[in-house]
Amino acid sequence: MKEISLHILDIVQNSIAAKADSITVKIVEDLTTDTLVIEIIDNGSGMDKELAERIKDPFTTGRKTRRVGLGVPLLYDACTRCDGNLKIQSERGKGTTVIAWFKHSHIDRAPLGNMIETILTIVMGNPEIDFIYIHNYNSKEFRFDTREIKQALGEVSINEPQVLSWIKGFLEEGFNSLSGGAEK
Amino acid sequence: MKSIKDLEEIRKKTLDTINLRKEQSGIRVVVGMATCGIAAGARPVLMSIMDEIKKNELADVVVAQTGCIGMCRLEPIVEVYRPGEEKVTYVKMNPSKAIRVINEHIMKGKIVDKYTIGAEEK
Repeated sequence: MKEISLHILDIVQNSIAAKADSITVKIVEDLTTDTLVIEIIDNGSGMDKELAERIKDPFTTGRKTRRVGLGVPLLYDACTRCDGNLKIQSERGKGTTVIAWFKHSHIDRAPLGNMIETILTIVMGNPEIDFIYIHNYNSKEFRFDTREIKQALGEVSINEPQVLSWIKGFLEEGFNSLSGGAEK
Repeated sequence: MKSIKDLEEIRKKTLDTINLRKEQSGIRVVVGMATCGIAAGARPVLMSIMDEIKKNELADVVVAQTGCIGMCRLEPIVEVYRPGEEKVTYVKMNPSKAIRVINEHIMKGKIVDKYTIGAEEK
């Protein structure tokens, strides 16, 4: 994948397939420790320990159209290439947390990329899911929480074009306030 | 600065159009959003579809996402369902092709033949 934000979009699809109704994406960029940490936390169906161990292997998949799945293996490969790693914590019936980390300054680290498009894609396709995004850049923080938006909207759906365009503007302001948090 | 309070205004404005829409049978546009689609560029395709729908105020068009369609080499794939018509599958899409599909197929009912899977597989 050309951008880390594309990996995030891809891993979130696993949470959606696991029927999560709450998904949190947390990004911590710390230049003093030179790390970029990404956490994707869901309350979906989860999996047992044995499967969580095997999931970094491309020949492990939940899909039925074929016997390979590349989402987690691609992210795993991207992390380990950049002096990082990937860990999966999961419990059946409770949910799954994927933690991926990179050396921030590593020459092979893909840019974070367009997180705004990734968030819009997730929100647009899954209006019923509560989506929380937390981005920490050198201890500055930006938060986005669809629960607050849904509360203000009442009976209007969050994936209405006008609402999505407001969200886009809100995210742009948020990323600008992190200054440097949103590389494009 | 944008604030959550702006949403109150949007809510009021949107409620009328929603009531209108309930009476129409909608067109569905489905974008493949699995690993294969994402890696091939499905996200910007989806964004351009969303922008074009907003630009032309196509209130009765529903945009949805789906998993792997099973033809990864042809991604990004966009499927168009018009009520009463057969599904049309567009392959190897990009943002400008997607805008053309919206303008011609969705808005005028004219299938863009050369982007369809039928044309690709010839």
